Amino acid sequence: MADSVSRRSIHKRPLHTWLGWAGGDNRLARPPWFLVIMAAITAVAMVLPLAYLVVRAAGAGVPELWAIVTRPRTLEVILNTLSMGALVVFFSALIAIPLAFLTIRTDLPGRRFWTVVTALPLAIPTYVGSFTLIAAFGPRGSILQLLLAPLGVNRLPSIYGLFGAVVATTLFSYPYLLLSIRAGLQGMDPALEEAARSLGCNQRQTFFRVTLSQLRPAIAAGALLVFLYTIQDFGTPALMQFDTFTRVIFTQYRSSFNRHLAAALSLILVAMVMFFLWLEYRFRQARVAYYTRGSAVNRTPNLIPLGPWKWPALIFCSLIFLVSLVMPIGVTLFWMFRSTLFGGVGYTAYRAVSIWTVAFNSFYAAGLAALVSVLFSLPVAILSVRFPSRLTTLLERCSYVGFGTPGIVAALSLVYFGANYVPFIYQRLPMLVFAYLILFLPLAVGAVRGSLLQVNPSLEEAARSLGRTPWQVMRQVTIPLVRPGIISGTMLIFLTAIKELPATLLLAPIGFRTLATQIWQATAEDAAFADAAQAALLMLGVSSIATLVVLSQELKGNPVKRYDSEIGNG
Amino acid sequence: MVKRRHVLTGLSTLALSLGLATLSGGIGQPSLAQDSTLTIYSGRGESLIGPLIEQAQTDLGLDIEVRYGDTAELAIAILEEGNNSPADIYFGQDAGALGALAKAGRTNTIPESLLSQVDERFRSPEGQWVGITGRARVLAYNTDMVTAAELPDSVWELTEPQWRGRVAWAPTNGSFQSFITAMRLVEGDERTQEWLEAMKANDAQVYRNNTTIVEAVGRGEIDAGLVNNYYLYRFLAEDPNFPVAHHYTRGDVASMINVAGVAIVDTTDQLSDAERFVEYLLRPESQAFFAEETKEYPLISGMDAPAEQLSIDEINPPRIDLSDLADLEGTLALLESAGVL
Repeated sequence: MADSVSRRSIHKRPLHTWLGWAGGDNRLARPPWFLVIMAAITAVAMVLPLAYLVVRAAGAGVPELWAIVTRPRTLEVILNTLSMGALVVFFSALIAIPLAFLTIRTDLPGRRFWTVVTALPLAIPTYVGSFTLIAAFGPRGSILQLLLAPLGVNRLPSIYGLFGAVVATTLFSYPYLLLSIRAGLQGMDPALEEAARSLGCNQRQTFFRVTLSQLRPAIAAGALLVFLYTIQDFGTPALMQFDTFTRVIFTQYRSSFNRHLAAALSLILVAMVMFFLWLEYRFRQARVAYYTRGSAVNRTPNLIPLGPWKWPALIFCSLIFLVSLVMPIGVTLFWMFRSTLFGGVGYTAYRAVSIWTVAFNSFYAAGLAALVSVLFSLPVAILSVRFPSRLTTLLERCSYVGFGTPGIVAALSLVYFGANYVPFIYQRLPMLVFAYLILFLPLAVGAVRGSLLQVNPSLEEAARSLGRTPWQVMRQVTIPLVRPGIISGTMLIFLTAIKELPATLLLAPIGFRTLATQIWQATAEDAAFADAAQAALLMLGVSSIATLVVLSQELKGNPVKRYDSEIGNG
Repeated sequence: MVKRRHVLTGLSTLALSLGLATLSGGIGQPSLAQDSTLTIYSGRGESLIGPLIEQAQTDLGLDIEVRYGDTAELAIAILEEGNNSPADIYFGQDAGALGALAKAGRTNTIPESLLSQVDERFRSPEGQWVGITGRARVLAYNTDMVTAAELPDSVWELTEPQWRGRVAWAPTNGSFQSFITAMRLVEGDERTQEWLEAMKANDAQVYRNNTTIVEAVGRGEIDAGLVNNYYLYRFLAEDPNFPVAHHYTRGDVASMINVAGVAIVDTTDQLSDAERFVEYLLRPESQAFFAEETKEYPLISGMDAPAEQLSIDEINPPRIDLSDLADLEGTLALLESAGVL
């Protein structure tokens, strides 16, 4: 505990040193210029959607807006949105916390397998997932009902409404929380837990008082992502026939072409997002940070033997695996072969380019998005952790705004700025990657930040005092130590960007088809389910490969861990 | 050291790919010069019009590029792009969206020689857009669950007790909203609101769009649904025994015909090519393509209805000015005050 430092002490430093690098030799440096420049670029990017909304909302008629805002239904819809968000976060935590522990800390058989398959539901777009959920568990004519029909079950209880919306969103977005907790757990120094045990805490007490409390920032960061994802999503609530605030915004765009009113309503959603960002920030402020990485003892704890608990644990993992991955894949396969099964001629949509080109496009765009976003997340995370000030905190918080606004709003803001101010890159690949950056940056910021909080700044200070330049410190000390965060950030962004739809449709180079746009075309307009199924399965395939690559980096990057487990096995 | 090398490799790979991406502008990215290329923003799916576009490139000797997307979102994108819009032609699924674009002054007048080929019911009276194909509103029903005797003669019957909880609709969907706008034009706001409230009280089930309704009717989740006429055929192609059929409430507002149509964007720099393309879509060969491939109604005179479907005359749709369908705000307000949205 000697090297654990309260962040408050940093806040109490004199004002004139507020941007100073906490150097051990009292040599106060300003944040390195390269971080400041990159952060400034990021800040401008993040402000664009907001600026657009303000510009557009200014054109909204006050009486119309007032009429919508004061409608009783608006309050109902806001409550719907909030309760859906809260429930999804709650159930995601119930799934993600045990899964993270089982796959990292215990001798659960097949841990590597569970690690991969529990991250993959993120690669299933929620609109596809919800559709398969309805086909599998819908009230009538669904797979479950047909199976139960011999028992006289003609109609199942309705899946539609809050229940269905919460289940669908939870099943396909809990990995946001899972990956965040995994990164937190991996970066945790077991010494604290061991100390607790040796001071007489039993396993349960250690878990709740030491492990879980150290994990709180990781849980809060992941929960924030799940919450923001839920409240901005349009596809799932629409399919599940549940009314949320996003639908009110979409109705303005799609039905009355009223951009001004839609923008004003989006600002209300942004205000809600900001409130929750502030809430999480307060929560973060209230606790003490434990620096655990980079101390002399950097190693993983021994695995907890599950003993007879192995079986319930396996059943739990299998259940999640079945519902969130096997079920959607099964239904998708059924769609793919439906015409063969029923002797139809098949309805195959016209296709201008091969599906492999499309898959490569998806991989390419999502891959670029992941690399660029992780790169730009580093300065935001480093500045907010190592140089905490109002400005850097604001920057870090603002990076979440794009993620919390509906995709179409962010996309239209870039249509406006792109076409009118940078026409030379408008609807070209850099523009699309830029859009992904705005939409998904916080996925990486959160992950990297979580990792950085666990790194003791004394290491960086030591490197500085030994004559390293800030650039060298970042390259040689900081980045290697936040590796778990970088890996989970890359994965989160890749898996999220590959299924992105509204921005891709409007901002991709013309003729640049991705698997997501293919699935959308096949389901929304053509009812060509076989085609949608093929694209959905390929998306899952590409995502699985990417997940395996990223996870193998995770294993490769930690020689100590490998050494430990070899000892354990021997 | 091992770690550092990985990170450095990663960073340099990133720098390299970024550089390449910026230089080449990405894969599949054509040159920025728009002089020789006709750009279409299409709310119609690629599988519906892709083959026709390919044919048009050869026949017209034009480079044509299409951005596919949602009908409403693409219209808004054109509004946001302002004078720099790359779009020359907007191909929308719905008269309402075409009307909205025209209302915002973002369309060019289409030459009279093209307009006159299409029945005046299916084009803008001011010549700002022209319908290419017609799409009928129908009642899709599950043939195992609904008997012929039960089928209603008019959409008003759906508010009666025997249809309680058995009808699907999609209030957030553009084609449904156009149907409600048509009802307002024919029956007036008051009667329309009564119908909406009675339907809601009769427990009409809300679905997302036409596809999800037809799919649910096929599964037997719901007995019948108000949809467009061309979705069923895709399901039948996959499963010939798909238990769904269409019913037309002839001469009733529920059997209105909406259009998918095109407008020439006002900022186009290729006016004559754009007009040639519109002309191409109105050729009998192209119209026959739509009837066969997408099961929609050809709109030029002298063409037959798609196979197995009633002709427009038999359906006897209500006579309305389709450009009035652009009054979506009024419809939205009505849907909201009826508690449907």
